[in-house]
Amino acid sequence: MGMFSQERCLICHEEMVASATWRGVFLGEEVTGCCSRCLSKLEAIGGETCRICGRELDSNFCKEDLCLDCVRWEEDGDWAGMLDSNISLFHYNDFLRETIARYKFRGDYVLARVFAEKIEEVLRKVPHDYLVPIPLSEERLYERGFNQSEALILEAGREATLLLARIHSEKQSKKSRKDRIHLPQVFTLGRNEELTGKTIMLVDDIYTTGSTIRHAAKILKGAGAARIHSVTIAR
Amino acid sequence: MRFAVIDSKLVPEKILGSPISRIDDIPEIPLDPQFSFQADLKKILNGKQLLFEDVPFSHEIIQQHYEHGYVTYRKGLITAGKRFVCQRCGNEDKTWFAAFHCHRCNEECAYCRRCLMMGRVSECTPLVGWRDDAEVGSNGRDDVAQRLLQWDGSLSDGQKEAAIRVERAMLEKEELLVWAVCGAGKTEILFQGIEAAIAAGQRVCIATPRTDVVLELAPRLKAVFPNVSIAALYGGSEERHVFAALTISTTHQLLRFYRAFDTLIVDEVDAFPYSVDETLHYAVRQARKPYSAMIFLTATPCRSWQRECREGKRAHVTIPARFHRHPLPVPEFVWCGNWAKLLQKGRLPGSVVSWAKTRCDAGKGALMFIPRIELMEKMLPLFRKLHQGIESVHAEDSHRKEKVRKMREGKIPLLLTTTILERGVTFPNIDVAVLGAEAELFTESALVQIAGRAGRSASFPKGVVSFFHFGVTEEMQRARKVIQSMNKEAEKRCLVD
Repeated sequence: MGMFSQERCLICHEEMVASATWRGVFLGEEVTGCCSRCLSKLEAIGGETCRICGRELDSNFCKEDLCLDCVRWEEDGDWAGMLDSNISLFHYNDFLRETIARYKFRGDYVLARVFAEKIEEVLRKVPHDYLVPIPLSEERLYERGFNQSEALILEAGREATLLLARIHSEKQSKKSRKDRIHLPQVFTLGRNEELTGKTIMLVDDIYTTGSTIRHAAKILKGAGAARIHSVTIAR
Repeated sequence: MRFAVIDSKLVPEKILGSPISRIDDIPEIPLDPQFSFQADLKKILNGKQLLFEDVPFSHEIIQQHYEHGYVTYRKGLITAGKRFVCQRCGNEDKTWFAAFHCHRCNEECAYCRRCLMMGRVSECTPLVGWRDDAEVGSNGRDDVAQRLLQWDGSLSDGQKEAAIRVERAMLEKEELLVWAVCGAGKTEILFQGIEAAIAAGQRVCIATPRTDVVLELAPRLKAVFPNVSIAALYGGSEERHVFAALTISTTHQLLRFYRAFDTLIVDEVDAFPYSVDETLHYAVRQARKPYSAMIFLTATPCRSWQRECREGKRAHVTIPARFHRHPLPVPEFVWCGNWAKLLQKGRLPGSVVSWAKTRCDAGKGALMFIPRIELMEKMLPLFRKLHQGIESVHAEDSHRKEKVRKMREGKIPLLLTTTILERGVTFPNIDVAVLGAEAELFTESALVQIAGRAGRSASFPKGVVSFFHFGVTEEMQRARKVIQSMNKEAEKRCLVD
């Protein structure tokens, strides 16, 4: 590690002032690799959130403690109860969109550190038996050099269990919500592990419609898992 | 990916291999003249340094061309002592490197973050190019008898002299600085040299720091060289893979080239970001052939270059006068007191108000440069008391293009602007002012460029340039001095009437 230096913001590369350095002088202060200016451009998701998907609730678009999207999922017999809860850290605003694009499409691996501590906080709060990244296809993994979801786990100092593999490699981002929901299963079990009664925490970069996470959840529940939670950087 | 050296060849080898940066010597393969290479691949790779993912050919085909001596592999990253050096962008600053466990080479793999936006260069990344020799290095023209330049304009005496010097430097592979005042007509003086070089089978590149300039130059050059292949390269341009005799590129895009050009012409060497970005200097050095010509164009060379010119240590040619043979407007200095403090009270200096009022009343367009956006926003309502049509513009302004167009059409009486309109734009008949000329960002070159906005067209060769200030700075004095000395030289050389 001696060949790398951390005194600069990982996002904007400006030098960081002492009080905002990544080491965080005060107990409990989050360890982040980015400066306070960049940090301020990240909008945390907070307030009243949907019990399942964790989005901020809008009183016009919710039914009790669920957002209307989750209401629809829960009304569908195939999908009801697949996902127990999701926590997303930040709103997917323009700044985060650019940062995540640089992270996964340009392959700027080190940006995982910006989010790792926040992810770790969630992992501490939600008990689980396995920590499972949403997998990439072999081609995509080679192309990017790393799996952006797995990197979040590793940079949070945790161990990733690769329970899932991808059988479909088409890009999700080009599909509409309807397409995504009615997609045939894109995942398969990557290895045999006794999952009966286990709690699994899935990790992904972005929660958009919730379809990816639910497809993964379905496979794992089918293999016996009792509870599926998930954490993503953005939604 | 992992490579191993087997039978004096670099071969992809998943198990036994290692990242390319850890292979000591990358074998050079002798050219196999029997091999029939793919012409399209040559077009893409000739004079380039690309990543595998930039090349629309399979790894197998690329590897095959390597094994027959046509394609070359270079290390993307090397280690020098305890440092990494990115071979594409020259970065060796450790704060711009990071590492990760890489699924391509299955090892801890360092990568350069400096040029990441052009695709990741890591320890296991080869830079793919084409064999460098005389034959493959030429621009591919075989119809040299044809007249290339189709231009019926004429050059001023100052331009003519510069054009001859440029042509000679290009053919003799020398370095030359063309110091031409704003409005001298820099582009036209290149035509003759470009024609000669391209006729001789050489490749020429004009590089400029700004995309706007690429977009403006490309159609002009395509019009005068209708039978020459021309590629315009900027972030997001479609012509990335076009092999051209004449390339017009942002300095940034040069990072994809390697020993490609017989002549590299760098426009506005003093302009941001080229002036401050070491990566771009590296890109320029990498893109030229080892034996090549280098032409620098600027209206405002930095002080050390000016000194070298005066002391005869730098080959240069000056064009001290404008194309229309009128002298450059010399800026007047007008003290306007503590304008910033006055602004806090919601007022503008009297001298500035009367300057603006005169222009509005006379209906002569005017530009006023303001040091900072926040100040400009505070001033706009105050100026609007004089005339409702007064506007302001800055880099992030979403109506920027529209406002510049309206200004050009004479529909805005006074346009307040940050330094974004300092160069490159021409409005026919305007006066120009700076408010707060003492501000640090108004360097000598910025002020000379700003003054250079006035009196551009032949029909309105006169314009008034005023620097409103709260204390004259050295930069202001230097700017005025340099303009005066250009005027003097122009007179001496009979380049003004």
